[in-house]
Amino acid sequence: MKKLLSVTLLGAALIAGTVQASDKESIRIGVDVPYEPMEYRLPSGELTGFDIELGNALCAEIGIECEWVVQGWDGIIPGLMARKYDAIMSSMTINPDRREVVLFSDPYFTPPSAWFAPADSEIEAAFKETLEGKNIGVQRGTLQDNYATDRFGDVANISRYATADDMVLDMEAGRLDIVFLDFPVGKSTLLDSEANEYKVVGDMITEPKKYFGDGFGIAFRKRDEELAKKFNEALATLKENGTYDKLFEKYFGQAPKSK
Amino acid sequence: MEQLFAWLSDALADNTVFNFNTLTFYGRGLVNTVQLVFLSLVIGLVLAVPLSIARGSKHKWIKLPIFFYTYVFRGTPLLVQLYMIYYGVVFIDGIQDTWLWYFLKEPFYPALAAFTLNTAAYTTEIFHGAIKATAKGEIEAARAYGMSHRLMMRRIIIPSAFRRALPAYGNEVIFMLHASAIASVVTIMDLTGAARFVYARYYAPFDAFLFVAAIYLCLTFAILYLFRYLEKRLLAHLRPVS
Repeated sequence: MKKLLSVTLLGAALIAGTVQASDKESIRIGVDVPYEPMEYRLPSGELTGFDIELGNALCAEIGIECEWVVQGWDGIIPGLMARKYDAIMSSMTINPDRREVVLFSDPYFTPPSAWFAPADSEIEAAFKETLEGKNIGVQRGTLQDNYATDRFGDVANISRYATADDMVLDMEAGRLDIVFLDFPVGKSTLLDSEANEYKVVGDMITEPKKYFGDGFGIAFRKRDEELAKKFNEALATLKENGTYDKLFEKYFGQAPKSK
Repeated sequence: MEQLFAWLSDALADNTVFNFNTLTFYGRGLVNTVQLVFLSLVIGLVLAVPLSIARGSKHKWIKLPIFFYTYVFRGTPLLVQLYMIYYGVVFIDGIQDTWLWYFLKEPFYPALAAFTLNTAAYTTEIFHGAIKATAKGEIEAARAYGMSHRLMMRRIIIPSAFRRALPAYGNEVIFMLHASAIASVVTIMDLTGAARFVYARYYAPFDAFLFVAAIYLCLTFAILYLFRYLEKRLLAHLRPVS
């Protein structure tokens, strides 16, 4: 009898808790910093980054208050379960293992890859015809390697490097015509450090999913379907009204590929 | 031939790692490794013969530079030499505009240069040691016949010294084959490069490297066999009478 009572009480408390969570005017979002340019601190200590600004914009769109909770990566999903926060927005890749534990929003971002070539290169776009016989540099075993090997392995010569540094060095030396890199890595090593010596060739590439994955999603507890739905709707609105593109351009220096 | 291909694709039908695609990578890797090792050994051998004779010269200005060369190339790791020749030279201003760049642009030639210089240094020392160890009696006998230094070198010392150097040189050939595994750091798709590619692509380190180890073992076996044959023929006079 006593046992039954305590189970009922516990159940009631849980239901009350859930109701409270979905009715709340403010939610907390867990984030692991730093991971530039997605989430990091300004010298003043303030949190910023693509995730943070997009998260704030989403909350504003939904009309709720958002509070960021900093949490180390290894405890970030347990923290969500333990109700230390109600969502995770921390460059979390959507994958089947995590899907079993949490509820993901629609993907809001896929880390883009891009082609980089010397500024005076005649290559204007990366297609089979334009890359024929060229020397392509990739980092061995990366998704860029797989993509380039499958698409251009039969027409171009693909050089595989152990590190991105070796590859950049070889492009400076003139041994490579073009490299395929994570966009943020290429931006920081090639575009930012050398004064106008390199250019991005063509659009940023985030598809097909077979190579580039499902992208990043916002994670919720499985029962908070309402909340996830609100975020998905807000995300769609921000993508439509241009807010998303503006943020993307702010952090990656280029508009996302138009769809 | 077509039957062979059909049989091969049947055998590989349900194998995720060793499909036709990855086997071509291994095949190309085998060609690159054999090419690189064979060429560097041949050129290294051609360089080492005169160098080993000059290394024993009485003149300081001939002897010392060669000693310095072998000392430097035996005293530094091959990987460091490869890095310097491949990545280092590009920092020489204007090298991209000279005819040298035609060779330096490809990873093959810098790697060939590094391997050749390295094996030539070791081979020079192996031959030099063998020349020094020539039995005094043979030299005295040659002198007693009134042979000039040159003739003695050609007829007596070099033939016997190089025969005696054979087992040590066989080791050097095997070491060179194994040392060539570092070629993949300068983007050459050699055997190890192919294994690394397959490993990174299918996350199958054990399969990828076990397979490539088996290929290296086969190559080593062929080298061993060749040198055993050569020793049997050329060192027949040294074998104990059974």
